[in-house]
Amino acid sequence: MKQYVMGNGAIALGALSAGVRLVAGYPGTPSSEIIETVSKYPHEGVHLEWSVNEKAALEVAVAAAYSGARAMVTMKQMGLNVASDPLMSVAYIGVRGGLVIVSADDPGPISSQTEQDTRRYADFCRIPVFDPASPEEAYQMIQDAFEYSEKYSTPVLFRPTTRVCHAYAAIETPESFTPGTCEGFERDTGRWVIFPRLSFMNHGKIEKRNVEIGKNFSSYRFNTVEGTGSGKAVVASGVSYNYVRECLKGQAGVRLIRVATAFPFPEDFMLKALEGVQEVLCVEELSPYIEEQILKTAGKHHLDIKVSGKLDGSVPHNGENGVELCSGILDKFLGIRTALAQTDISDAPALPVRPPVLCAGCPHRASFYAVKQAMKGQKAVFCGDIGCYTLGNAMPLDMVDTCLCMGAGITMAQGFSHTNDGLACFAFVGDSTFFASGVTGVINAVYNEADIILCVLDNSTTAMTGHQPHPGTGRNMMGNFVDKVSIEKVLEGVGVKKILTVDPLKLDEAVAAVKECAAEKGVRAIVFRSPCVAITKPSAKCAVDPAKCVNCKKCIREIGCPALIIADGRVTIDRNLCTGCGLCSCVCPVQAIGGEAK
Amino acid sequence: MNKDILICGVGGQGTVLASRIIAAAAMEEGSPVHSAETIGMAQRGGSVTSHVRVGGEAYSPMIPFGAADMILAFEPGEAVRNLRYLRQGGVAVVNTAVTKPVTESLKDTGYDGREMTEYLKGKCACIFVNAEEVCRPFGSTKFFNIIMLGVAAGSGCLGLSKETLLKQIEQYVPAKFLDANIRAFSAGIEIAAQANLKGE
Repeated sequence: MKQYVMGNGAIALGALSAGVRLVAGYPGTPSSEIIETVSKYPHEGVHLEWSVNEKAALEVAVAAAYSGARAMVTMKQMGLNVASDPLMSVAYIGVRGGLVIVSADDPGPISSQTEQDTRRYADFCRIPVFDPASPEEAYQMIQDAFEYSEKYSTPVLFRPTTRVCHAYAAIETPESFTPGTCEGFERDTGRWVIFPRLSFMNHGKIEKRNVEIGKNFSSYRFNTVEGTGSGKAVVASGVSYNYVRECLKGQAGVRLIRVATAFPFPEDFMLKALEGVQEVLCVEELSPYIEEQILKTAGKHHLDIKVSGKLDGSVPHNGENGVELCSGILDKFLGIRTALAQTDISDAPALPVRPPVLCAGCPHRASFYAVKQAMKGQKAVFCGDIGCYTLGNAMPLDMVDTCLCMGAGITMAQGFSHTNDGLACFAFVGDSTFFASGVTGVINAVYNEADIILCVLDNSTTAMTGHQPHPGTGRNMMGNFVDKVSIEKVLEGVGVKKILTVDPLKLDEAVAAVKECAAEKGVRAIVFRSPCVAITKPSAKCAVDPAKCVNCKKCIREIGCPALIIADGRVTIDRNLCTGCGLCSCVCPVQAIGGEAK
Repeated sequence: MNKDILICGVGGQGTVLASRIIAAAAMEEGSPVHSAETIGMAQRGGSVTSHVRVGGEAYSPMIPFGAADMILAFEPGEAVRNLRYLRQGGVAVVNTAVTKPVTESLKDTGYDGREMTEYLKGKCACIFVNAEEVCRPFGSTKFFNIIMLGVAAGSGCLGLSKETLLKQIEQYVPAKFLDANIRAFSAGIEIAAQANLKGE
């Protein structure tokens, strides 16, 4: 059956074709659609879950793999940092059923905090990694990954990048999927219980095994050589391989070597591919991993070869490669011309800048504005976190002073409270992030007597990554309605004494709640609860009464809602964007904004 | 046949659906297709692009600069921003109605798109469409993406038959809005006919 799917969809369908029995993960761009795709296709007999975080997801999957079932875990690259604790250990223990950890990297970065490289994790943990160049390959390669995982009894990393995850292609899949077998867990303390002695033993075995996998990878179907040219060769991996192919269309003969398995490095393959080559250019994204392996190989085998890439400045260390960048690099290296004629726009008029902003009617805007109003003129620090609400940093709200990683806002606010006298320390956290890694931070605050005001921005979804359910929503990925985990009860249970719940769109009440909390000491929490506008129907629309409006533009200056625009010199509300949240009418000094007259 | 079509605009304008329909129509006509979209944080009011690559010679998921046969621009500033993708002799279908970013409202620089359309005229073959005007009979801007598809189909530069596109529209839009979408598609074809384009 032919299906036109996103790269993430191809990974999901590949895993289903491979008979996966359990899929767990935590949402994160560019990986989120893998689990969503599994949920959209018939997957009877497959346990599917959004886990509370990546560490939980991997641990759930590890047990499935110990039981002999095939299991897949999905996350973005920084999620792998969260899951690195179980990952390091399970690398020593090994698996029975295939265990594939998909960690999607994000060169650019386009929607991430870091430009880290999952291939480095593979090397660090000493486990194999697969690096697909397209959705079509991803579909095939994820199935290979399960095979290798079982053949060598090891967890395997699978590393697509954003442009592979978000590219669409047609793939051929079976009409239906059958989950694989699961023999069931068998007790064997010498195998499943990690102890120093076992780690010592397995460490030696793993290094021997990796030499064997490296040799096997030397004949792996996606490690390829094209072109017969000698003297110079280009080495590429991941989507960069396809950028290079795009550039070299019509340039017959250039030797192009592609490495799809960076670790264990296929040394024999590379030695053969480099025969007759004096100069090699490495085109890869994120880190110069393959470049370093080639340098290592050249040193080990005394090859007289010049290696260029990121380390000699030929390829930038940061950002994604893309066809245009690759074209310039290849032209210089090969002495050819590959770029197409393009329109010069250096003389273009100044283009409007479009930084991402909170949606029109977003309740987070109201929450931030309430805190801003309540704390006017007082010394305060606003610790942000990961989610749509990071966009609270944009002007005119300007309400995010720090943002580090998932859950860090809550704990950082504590550090500020212990070291800055007279500073009101706020932490903003979304509902999904609260469950992912916020709760332990709150316990830390209670136990260590921090002086913080926790603002939970509860919009009843994981909005940023595409509205995934979480423990507070009462729905799970098996399609079941379950008991909602109450944020207030969690806070109460861990010992937070002051907990207020407000609707941020009722501005006066929200401001009063913040003032009330700010006047007290200890750990105080406010739950700002209002659903995400992207998943609720707008109640009504607001309109400006031109007879009352004095065009002071306070609404625009104060809250910066995208629905507030200036048309023909007058403040107007864009009906197509307005959700009728009414925040602008609370801000208007002359009561010129109200519900729209029918 | 190899065709590269770039669709650009601002998050929320329905560019993704337009790209899906073009890709599905090309597949229906038996061509290999690849496409790529802007997904994630950038969608929140940011510039978005969809790259549709028809034919077996597309390796990069994104269209290279200078390769697009057609740009479907849902916003005039975005048309200029993405003009480098257009090949020599390529055609741009451009909405002249602007979407003002929040930064613009804060500073009020008077961005109204006129400068952009003037600039585009001197650079490539263009068909201009004003979303506000053409959407008025429909009472909503929701159908604008299908109107743009109609213009693209009517221009003949898409390399896809109107019938195949219409068949895919029927697949992709909700049944209760199908009639309005068919009218929107026809309105687009009519706009292209009147534009009497002299592209390649």
